[in-house]
Amino acid sequence: MSQRKRVAHAGSQNRVPRVSRQVVLDEDDDGDASYTQPTSSQVQKARENYTPVQVDRKVAEVVQFILIKDQKKIPIRRTDIVKHVIKEYKALYQDIMKRADRIFEQVFGLKLVEIDAKNHIYILINKLQPVPGEPISMCPGNPKTGLLFVILSVIFMKGGTVKENVVWNTLKKLRVDVGEKHEEFGDVKKVVTEEFVRQKYLEYLRIPHTEPLEHEFRWGQRAEKEVSKMKVLEFVGELHSQEPQSWTQQYREATSGESSQR
Amino acid sequence: MSRPMGDSHKRFLQTLMSNGIISSIQAKALHRHCCETHGAHYSADRLDEFIDVINANLQPMFMYIRKGMSEEDGVQYYALVNTAETDITRMSSDYADNELELFRKTMDLIVDSENGAASSTDVLNCADSLQTKKMKKKETELVLNKFVQDKWLNEKQGVYTLSTRCIIEMEQYMRLIYQDLIKVCHVCHNVAIQSQICENPTCGIQMHLPCVAIYFKGRSDPLCPACNQFWAHEIPVVTCTLSRPPEANGEAEL
Repeated sequence: MSQRKRVAHAGSQNRVPRVSRQVVLDEDDDGDASYTQPTSSQVQKARENYTPVQVDRKVAEVVQFILIKDQKKIPIRRTDIVKHVIKEYKALYQDIMKRADRIFEQVFGLKLVEIDAKNHIYILINKLQPVPGEPISMCPGNPKTGLLFVILSVIFMKGGTVKENVVWNTLKKLRVDVGEKHEEFGDVKKVVTEEFVRQKYLEYLRIPHTEPLEHEFRWGQRAEKEVSKMKVLEFVGELHSQEPQSWTQQYREATSGESSQR
Repeated sequence: MSRPMGDSHKRFLQTLMSNGIISSIQAKALHRHCCETHGAHYSADRLDEFIDVINANLQPMFMYIRKGMSEEDGVQYYALVNTAETDITRMSSDYADNELELFRKTMDLIVDSENGAASSTDVLNCADSLQTKKMKKKETELVLNKFVQDKWLNEKQGVYTLSTRCIIEMEQYMRLIYQDLIKVCHVCHNVAIQSQICENPTCGIQMHLPCVAIYFKGRSDPLCPACNQFWAHEIPVVTCTLSRPPEANGEAEL
């Protein structure tokens, strides 16, 4: 293979990854400054300015940008989409996002949901739940899903809000001790109070006027959109060998949730 | 737009995306599972058509599901390829700049090598000369482990090779960057990194090891399929004969 000598290496070092670079930059703190509602004449002008092919390309870039962010379950801010991808097409923001949303739904089985209407923050939620008997897992390499599911169950069964000690004690019974480094999860407290919170699966709130400081957990917005309360109830029912119906209040909430969730 | 996707297609795509790469056996099982889960019509020999529907819908996003072969055992795999990117963008959200540079350098070493492999010593040495940010030895080892875990590199006894996922997803990038350094296999016509080369200096064709094994199987003296000279390499025996190389042409079947 001696003919394989350096030929085309020039430039290989400094090729800049296009979308990605910006993705790494993550959240910069300039609020929502890079987006202002365009007037209808601006929109009209932009529609005339760009060819359909150019707009198609932008839509594809937005889809890819959001998919990359979603791999880490990081909520996506409108500012970042505009600043890093949409750029000079920003008068067409609404058009482009509408089309991206349709693609997520029709091609990927995902849905773009705005979880913060004031700061315009989105998450992608999965419309297809993992089902038993998968030949290969839909969310592989993530043992933390089980941990999360247990915590969500505890919160739900205790009426929606629990003090953090309740969660830690439950985990301890399952041999997951927050005080110790866990083999699979590492720093459990960090995973639960930081990672899950950042991913919007959990809310971790300070209880006012407590000394020493106390916190409580609630379901985060991603959990509300993505996790079926009925599934949680069925899971708990199986653990206790009881019918889900035997928890009347939870059952009522789960059934009403099923109809409004999707 | 093309035929719309059902939930079975979407589930298949999502599972493929979150796994990065799946073998053809997994793909078959997954095809069945997805169809059954969503009550879609299932027929075992329709996997390619099933994937075609997904690909037609992915096309406007410059993505498609591509089939490729493992250079080690000849097993076929599927991975999601991004045709708009000509760089290692695919990895960029997961790695820091100096980690990406280390990956590029490792790739350089592998592509430049005779046998499509780089020793850990060589890789560790080049980590000293990273321009973005130098890495300590320990740190380099951790990053290399991560590359292996994320299925971008393979490692066997301190020797690194490009993974099947890497070759499927980055073929376009490699062709652009390395141009003439990248050769294709004489048998299956896909990019050949770990391969044997005809010793005849005027010939120099390359073949993947599994392709060599299949091509010379049952022949008494191995001759180069291009120049008819003696094939001066050890003929590997591929133990895993789960599938044949893709698009083996008539020539190879002789």
